[in-house]
Amino acid sequence: MSTPTAEIIARCQALFDDLNFSYAREWKAAVPGRIVVGYMPFYVPRELIHAAGGLALGVLGGGEQLEVIQGDAYYQSYICRIPRSTIELGVTNRLDFVDAMLFPSICDVIRNLSGMWKIMFPKVRSRYFDVPQNYRDDVGGTFYINELNELREMLAEASGREVTDAAIRASIGLYNENRALVREVYAFRARQPWKAPSSEVYLLMRAGMILAVEEHSRLLREYLAAAAAEDRPRRDNSRVVVTGAFCEQPPLNLIKSIELSGCYIVDDDFMLVNRWEQSDIAEDGDPVANLARAYLHNSANTSAKYEPDVAQKGLYLVEAVKRSRAEGVIFASPSFCDPALLERPMLQRVLAAHDIPFIAFKYAENSGQMQPIREQAGTFADSIKLWSNQ
Amino acid sequence: MTVTAAAEVVKDSSMLKQKEMISGNYRKLETAAADGRKVAATFVPGNLNELIMCFDMLNNLPEINAIQNGLRKKTGGYIMEAEKRGHSEDVCTYVKADLGMIAKGNIGPDGQKLPNPDLLLLSYTGCFTFMKWFELLRDHYRCETAMLHVPYQGDGKITANMIAYVVRQLKEEVIPKLERISGVKFDIDRLRENLARSARAEEDFVWVLESAKKKPSPIDAYFGGVYYIGPIFTAFRGTQDATEYYRLLRAEIAERIALGQGPVTPTGDMPNERYRLVVEGPPNWTSFRDFWKMFYEEGAVVVASTYTKVGGLYDQGFRHDPAKPLESLAEYCLGCYTNRNLPARIDLIEKYMEEYEADGILINSIKSCNSFSAGQLLVLREIERRTGKPGAFIESDLVDPRYFSPANIKNRLESYFQMVDQRRAGGGSAPARAA
Amino acid sequence: MEAYIGIDLGSTTTKAVVLDENMDVLGRGITNSRANYDTACKVAKYEALLAARFTLLQRGLASVVAAEARLGDFLGSLERSFRLGQFVEQLDDLEVTCLEKAKGGRFKGREEAIAEAIGAIFVTLRADAPALFARDARRKSDFFRDLAGSRFMAVGQETAKAAGLSYDLLLNIYDKAIIEVENRPPSGEIRDKLLRALDRLMELSPDLTDLVAEVATPVRRALDIPTEEMSVVGTGYGRVTLPFSKEHIRSEILCHGLGAHMMYPETRTVLDIGGQDTKAIQVDDKGIVENFQMNDRCAAGCGRYLGYIADEMNMGVHELGPLAMQATRSVRINSTCTVFAGAELRDRLALGEKREDIIAGLHRAIILRAMSIISRSGGVRDQFTFTGGVAKNEAAVKELRQLITENYGDVAININPDSIYTGALGAAAFARRAAGH
Repeated sequence: MSTPTAEIIARCQALFDDLNFSYAREWKAAVPGRIVVGYMPFYVPRELIHAAGGLALGVLGGGEQLEVIQGDAYYQSYICRIPRSTIELGVTNRLDFVDAMLFPSICDVIRNLSGMWKIMFPKVRSRYFDVPQNYRDDVGGTFYINELNELREMLAEASGREVTDAAIRASIGLYNENRALVREVYAFRARQPWKAPSSEVYLLMRAGMILAVEEHSRLLREYLAAAAAEDRPRRDNSRVVVTGAFCEQPPLNLIKSIELSGCYIVDDDFMLVNRWEQSDIAEDGDPVANLARAYLHNSANTSAKYEPDVAQKGLYLVEAVKRSRAEGVIFASPSFCDPALLERPMLQRVLAAHDIPFIAFKYAENSGQMQPIREQAGTFADSIKLWSNQ
Repeated sequence: MTVTAAAEVVKDSSMLKQKEMISGNYRKLETAAADGRKVAATFVPGNLNELIMCFDMLNNLPEINAIQNGLRKKTGGYIMEAEKRGHSEDVCTYVKADLGMIAKGNIGPDGQKLPNPDLLLLSYTGCFTFMKWFELLRDHYRCETAMLHVPYQGDGKITANMIAYVVRQLKEEVIPKLERISGVKFDIDRLRENLARSARAEEDFVWVLESAKKKPSPIDAYFGGVYYIGPIFTAFRGTQDATEYYRLLRAEIAERIALGQGPVTPTGDMPNERYRLVVEGPPNWTSFRDFWKMFYEEGAVVVASTYTKVGGLYDQGFRHDPAKPLESLAEYCLGCYTNRNLPARIDLIEKYMEEYEADGILINSIKSCNSFSAGQLLVLREIERRTGKPGAFIESDLVDPRYFSPANIKNRLESYFQMVDQRRAGGGSAPARAA
Repeated sequence: MEAYIGIDLGSTTTKAVVLDENMDVLGRGITNSRANYDTACKVAKYEALLAARFTLLQRGLASVVAAEARLGDFLGSLERSFRLGQFVEQLDDLEVTCLEKAKGGRFKGREEAIAEAIGAIFVTLRADAPALFARDARRKSDFFRDLAGSRFMAVGQETAKAAGLSYDLLLNIYDKAIIEVENRPPSGEIRDKLLRALDRLMELSPDLTDLVAEVATPVRRALDIPTEEMSVVGTGYGRVTLPFSKEHIRSEILCHGLGAHMMYPETRTVLDIGGQDTKAIQVDDKGIVENFQMNDRCAAGCGRYLGYIADEMNMGVHELGPLAMQATRSVRINSTCTVFAGAELRDRLALGEKREDIIAGLHRAIILRAMSIISRSGGVRDQFTFTGGVAKNEAAVKELRQLITENYGDVAININPDSIYTGALGAAAFARRAAGH
């Protein structure tokens, strides 16, 4: 007999496994004039896409199931896997229903992919989406408002309808609600991790990459209710934060392996876009200015963002540890990931200064061998316990 | 095919001048503290040398230190040192060579102690790694940092919004910090004078680059080119020295043309131009001479390269303009090669292939440098498709000696040159016969 | 006989092909590359010239010995007789060299006993030799090192015991001697050796006596045709060490392209998966290389990958293909990294996957890498030729056929049984061109 949570997660798993994105195809076909806008990690203003009558589709590579046949022909062996599998998705027509693609300024590989997409898929509107690294309203803010308006125009062209202020305000409201629910799921897991296994939370968040926001919010609500009501055995696991996995995603097996080897994941940075703004975006006034202000002053930290204040560097991770009452940090980064791997030594220095233990390993979205991961995570969990008992 | 052996390495007066300029700068850096000079550390692409000069500050370039250390074969040890300290084997070796050098006492390539910077001037142009590099340096030096975020030309063009953003950062962020740290008040007329000198040097520099359109080409625009870009890409743009350097260089090249000479190589003049190539990607520095030799021994001349555009695309018409100083600096930063989107890069290479009448394109794919490398296989495919000329693809690294495999690279280059020969000869091969 | 010779120095084997002035293949030769390319080159060439001589014999005797089977039997017997002679010669050399190695130093005092033991071993080895080259004898390898080595070890153990000597000591002497012997290129004229082989044939196979008498004259005539080495061109990984001038060296890319073209004139794309690299070559209708791509710095997906997997599985590399063919499904193997593949393999085994299914997945992984190199070089437009050691692996071929068809449609895929000689064949064609014909 399947439990309510199991049913919800089965739906999420089906969405996750479907590399043809049937949901998005059907969503688009259901109403004429709808558009689908793909975006890569780490962040895009999904509110604008929604306000343009579009579905924001998170494109996070091909995962472990996709066999990359043609995508490898475009990349040298020292480049991460997500662009290869994304190209594979493209050349195998799995993304042929996507009207526009957004490539955020996460790193040079995704940046260059934006230009490759223009050449390889000339019919798709492809845009490199720049965000400011200067956080003053009159400097970075002005630039960003203009960038947002350029995007707004592009989306209006793609959908053939004006993107009004009122529509954006409404979308902000829906996403505020969604982000609040996402935060609640994370908080729930941090409180009772045995009731919300990370593989479930992961799939639930992944569903947010494809479902319409209203539907995803409904799913989050249902899950929260079902998970709270369900009794599950509590294990003597250590509590860890996983960081560095904000772009190319780890295989689901890796997340399961971490938990099976004795670690409850109580915070992570898997899909930052789901909780990019850390509190509600203002819903009154100029909505584009509100999006810009939220980005500048109220958004998550990640290595793709410049930290102007040296004293603040890396503290976001310490805060995540404290907030989720974690006992250690696992740096899990994709091989050849510039942002994560260049950032890592700085974060490790900050953690060491705060006496927070950590381990580090690398993966690819299709990593096959989990034994080393299980061993490392298991040893880490044990050592945390020994350490805290001293 | 063989190169005339020169009794000693030929040093033109321009080379001697540049050498003196570089070591002069290292000497100044060594005595900066004693001389009361403030030091800015900054990057090559999108550097603000004319502006830094307005504040009497010295300019220390971590990339150049890494290159100079690479040429002196010191980087292998530095990189290992950085990796020992927790830096990933996957990331940029310029960064690790720099951090390793600092960890081992911060002795510069010329043997002088390098000063701690007073300001990290982070010109974030065309390379994501730059941002992390300066955060890592800031973590070490704990000094002031000024960030100049230069947006990427995602759609292959510079927009008014981008220029306004960069100019506003210059006014609100960069110049105030430079004033505060140097104690010198910003004088826009001084900046104009510097920019005027830059523009004069740029004029001569472009003339030199374009001389490669001649047959035979009097220059090698990659292996020789990296010397020619030295002053204008680094701490000297806007100085009288740089202006003089390019005047000298231009005169030397003019003479080579008059004499019908090919490029200068480490073993003398290259007598026989057999292949004209366009090269995309930075060179390898730890085996620079060996790498170069694989070309000039075969009579291969690089007539145009993209690497010599990382510090500005002067040959496409850009000049620093004293009439609009800050806007001109912004345009300069925005226009550097790796800040252009991939389609624009491909268009540029295609143009070079035609204008310089190249036989083919060679891509040196650099492990460290995703900004260049990610997408290069599509660049290759597109250029081959558009021009019908054959491409070659080799791999190495900037300053990591572990990633330069001479036998492998030589094998590919030889195969490539022989293929070009065979294609040129057309027909002439063996008749088909079942064997 | 005008001989145009191409030599391909590979990382594991060295191949030679002899062409005549009409571009017909006269002979092929192969040997292991050893550490000494110079010798490998000489041996391969010698073998190819020997084979060429047999071609001439066949041509000369075709009119004399009408029955094809009879002629084949005769030539086969003659070759075995020749091989036997050559083998015994090398045994003699090996014995002398062993005796030299067993002198002085730590052998002092035991020299006589050792010499006696060695002598005894070689008496047996020589006595066993004819059986090795008997009509239906099966040899695991034709390389002297393998033939002599296995017999030496078999006989040595007993002999050492009987003589009260350590077996390791004898083995040590052998190891030192064999390196010298196998690095000595064959000496003597092929013609004279073949004549001696013909004489020996009558002793070995009395049933052929009549035939030998019948063909004596045409055989001599064929053997008397002088060989004119018109030109030699070298290629392959070891080509820089070839004792030729630059004009006589061609890249393996060019040679492979031309060689494949000569085998299959309609070929437009060539894939070669060798021990150390994988290359995809595009050629035009004249065999001229238009484009090529090789595996990048990472050697994943080359032949060596299979070798590594075989080691991990404790199997011979030639057993992998047949095992994979027994698979009912193919397990997805994600690591083409040679080192990680081992870990992944063990992980999959631990999860209870079947060996053959995993091995099938590994074959697919290696071919997927090749597919990306093909795509980089420009894809497949027309006939496709697959060469190199991996082309002999049926499981790899099966995956390749499937993926080529899926991605490029129904194109002809050629795999020549002599594909290992593709590079040498192209080099020989260049040799003919170099000679100005």
